Amino acid sequence: MSTLQVSIYRYNPETDDAPYMQEFQVDTQGRDLMVLNVIQMIKEQDSTLAYRRSCREGVCGSDGVNMNGKNGLTCVTPISEVTKGNKLVLRPLPGLPVVRDLVVDMSMFYKQYERIQPYLQNDAAEPAIERLQSPEDRDKLDGLYECILCACCSTSCPSFWWNPDKFVGPAGLLQAYRFLADSRDTATKERLSSLDDPFSVFRCRGIMNCVNVCPKGLNPTRAIGKIREMLLSNAT
Amino acid sequence: MSNMRSMSFDAIIIGGGGSGLRAGLELAKSGKKTAVLSKVFPTRSHTVSAQGGITCAIASADPNDDWRWHMYDTVKGSDYIGDQDAIEYMCQEGPKAVFELEHMGLPFSRFDNGRIYQRPFGGQSKDFGKGGQAARTCAAADRTGHALLHTLYQNNLKNNTVFLDEWYAVDLIRNASNDVVGVIAICIETGETVQINSKATVLATGGAGRIYSSTTNALINTGDGIGMALRAGFPVQDIEMWQFHPTGIYGAGCLVTEGCRGEGGYLINKDGERFMERYAPNAKDLASRDVVARAMVQELLEGRGCGENGDHVMLKLDHLGEETLMKRLPGIVDLSKTFAHVDPVKDPIPVVPTCHYMMGGIPTNVHGQALSVDEDGNDTIINGLYACGEVACVSVHGGNRLGGNSLLDLVVFGRAAGMFIESALNEGIEYMSPSQSDIDNAMARLNRWNDSKQGEGEEIPVLRKELQEVMQNNFGVFRKEEYMQDGVEKLANLRERIGKAYLPDKSNTFNTARVEALELDNLLEVAEATAIAALERRESRGAHSREDYPKRDDENWLKHSIYYPNNKTLGKRDVNFSPVSVETFEPKERTY
Amino acid sequence: MVTNITNLGRSGVSDWLIQRASAVILALYTIFMVAFFLFHPNLDYVAWSSLFDRTWMKIFTLLALLSIAAHAWIGLWIVSTDYIKKSCVRLGVQTAVILALFAFVIWGVQVLWGA
Repeated sequence: MSTLQVSIYRYNPETDDAPYMQEFQVDTQGRDLMVLNVIQMIKEQDSTLAYRRSCREGVCGSDGVNMNGKNGLTCVTPISEVTKGNKLVLRPLPGLPVVRDLVVDMSMFYKQYERIQPYLQNDAAEPAIERLQSPEDRDKLDGLYECILCACCSTSCPSFWWNPDKFVGPAGLLQAYRFLADSRDTATKERLSSLDDPFSVFRCRGIMNCVNVCPKGLNPTRAIGKIREMLLSNAT
Repeated sequence: MSNMRSMSFDAIIIGGGGSGLRAGLELAKSGKKTAVLSKVFPTRSHTVSAQGGITCAIASADPNDDWRWHMYDTVKGSDYIGDQDAIEYMCQEGPKAVFELEHMGLPFSRFDNGRIYQRPFGGQSKDFGKGGQAARTCAAADRTGHALLHTLYQNNLKNNTVFLDEWYAVDLIRNASNDVVGVIAICIETGETVQINSKATVLATGGAGRIYSSTTNALINTGDGIGMALRAGFPVQDIEMWQFHPTGIYGAGCLVTEGCRGEGGYLINKDGERFMERYAPNAKDLASRDVVARAMVQELLEGRGCGENGDHVMLKLDHLGEETLMKRLPGIVDLSKTFAHVDPVKDPIPVVPTCHYMMGGIPTNVHGQALSVDEDGNDTIINGLYACGEVACVSVHGGNRLGGNSLLDLVVFGRAAGMFIESALNEGIEYMSPSQSDIDNAMARLNRWNDSKQGEGEEIPVLRKELQEVMQNNFGVFRKEEYMQDGVEKLANLRERIGKAYLPDKSNTFNTARVEALELDNLLEVAEATAIAALERRESRGAHSREDYPKRDDENWLKHSIYYPNNKTLGKRDVNFSPVSVETFEPKERTY
Repeated sequence: MVTNITNLGRSGVSDWLIQRASAVILALYTIFMVAFFLFHPNLDYVAWSSLFDRTWMKIFTLLALLSIAAHAWIGLWIVSTDYIKKSCVRLGVQTAVILALFAFVIWGVQVLWGA
């Protein structure tokens, strides 16, 4: 049997009073398609289905969706990895307002990203060539700069669900540490003092949902731990 | 539509990829009232998928490296229809643009001395082709595009650039004297249609690889800028020149960077033979992309392909060792596990030439000003319209782009356009306001879709698929008159059907069906221009390879092709052979 | 930087540090008490009262009491900011918690040093 049962969260504010789940059947012809392929096949049946997608290879971060209860990118998740008993349940990323169907309003997520000043700050004059950086110092950025801002982590984090306006969230904090760890950045003190409150960093309770879902295999919890260490050594 | 809201800017940049963000940054710094409009959140743009690096003579791997050598390679790679003044500008300004990126925070990989890591890429040489393989591509592991795009976005945030994220540009607004004075755009989230007035409209909409069914390009690469320009009656240049990247993952189409071969990987056929040694004895697997792609297809045609159907070859990387692969090509290891179910540490990756890059585009000068050609063959400037990045044809890539030159193109010409627009705005720009009928013209196709009725036309996915198959089958790596003739006819038929196609979903909130409908129009414009230009260029040059005209014809075709949309004809435009500070590189036979 | 006035340490690091330090003290106190009960299977009032007559025990107990207060203040403050979104209700709960903890500490001091 190669018919996949797909249940998708539907909501169009213009026509629906409340969200509902809609059932679709997709003939996969026995292939282990990516979830995105399945969604595209459904879109051909029902063009009103709204979802985001762009690169279809896991680097742009458009298509974060909750698949059978776990956040991930639809384009790099084979159905065999998420389906249970031939059933696929697709919902928008949890914790953010739904715009339509699988599309969520990410402005709160982006706001937290912007809050950590995600750009290099260096008060020294720019040299005529590049700033030098040893391979060892550059290695410190590995596992940090690769973030694609898909929001899978932050929207799987209860602390972010409760306080999306105050807790920076795993994605933002991973980037905060990316600049704290960069040997070329000179704003360490200012960055730390802007994080030294009970919410921005310290709402992380270390449950590691973020690590569990990151489609790029990154570890925000570790980065948050490092920020905490820096805050502590800065304050004592 | 008198109740349509309008917004006004000094400059509106359409597209939030590398070139759009670089232009946006320049203009944001200048304090002009500008906005970057993008149909996706900027870091979702296709620049993010660039892997291998940004080619530039920053003299890191080789302290004696020279931008003139880079220029020589680029001219040769273009098969001599790259404009030498533009290539000179790009190669000479390049280091400045790359160092700027580094200062902005781009996390380049490093050599032990702390300088930016550079790797060898295809078509690179030292000393004007006489000094052997060069290593000139600056890299951040195999995620250079991602690192570059995010760095640019971050610096736009730093400089408070105004973003219109998830807005879709529908068509250019032209006034009575054919100046471009803005654009009609839709806010995708609310469905609101807005008239955007602007003194400078910059197209930075990227490529259109989605005209082919197999492409390395993102799903969003639908040639929106080319579509808008053609519908406005403006010509496009060298649009028949489509690069097929040698190493797209077989079946999935995802890109595997040329950096794999730069790091020492090579291609093998079903006998395990490193076949590029036969086709390019010197550069071997690092010959330029058109050469490698043709060699691969030749192998397949001669029955030496791999797999049951003999329809792909293999990229061998395992001999590089796990450590190098994880350090220099971690993204590739990931991608091939996901999409080819192959661990490159142990097994070779199945690959096939896949549509990758549009060398052609809107003709511009080095300042990003869009050009047209008048009846006497002289360049004329299209007031108010600018283009940069893949949508533009400056032309630095000519008939074939070298790997790593696209990212350089983005930042050099995004920056150049920004600087030029700033000074133009300072000098003062006044165009006539558009009349109601000018607005109506720009609204025409949106209204057509919104008024389309069920039962009167076909739906979008079917038409799109058919279009992509025509391009794939009739305008591939090797081209032939009869196939192309057939393709042109099929596209004419498709134009008729797409003109009557039906949009079932007319809702306002995040209506992606409407966006896909509008994109389909653009795909058609690009496809048809490509088809007609490819049919008319009766020679083989760069990526345009004809079985019926296998030789390069410098006598007749050492020229840019110019496609005029109004009467669907192809003209010619002179290639620039007058660089300012170096001697002209004269056309020679091209071997690697 | 998110500013707050009803949390104990006024900064995230100090709250974090206080919570961990107080947890350690409470753990030590718990281990001590469990051990005390194990070594005194037939515990009577005399033994119990003589334990608390010692000054170091009074100090240790007061420390544990203060640790409970601090730990609970921080913990309940976090819970209240997570789940109580209406600020007037939240402020009421926080005030009640702080007053109760204050009362417990004073009462504890009275028990320890009182008659």
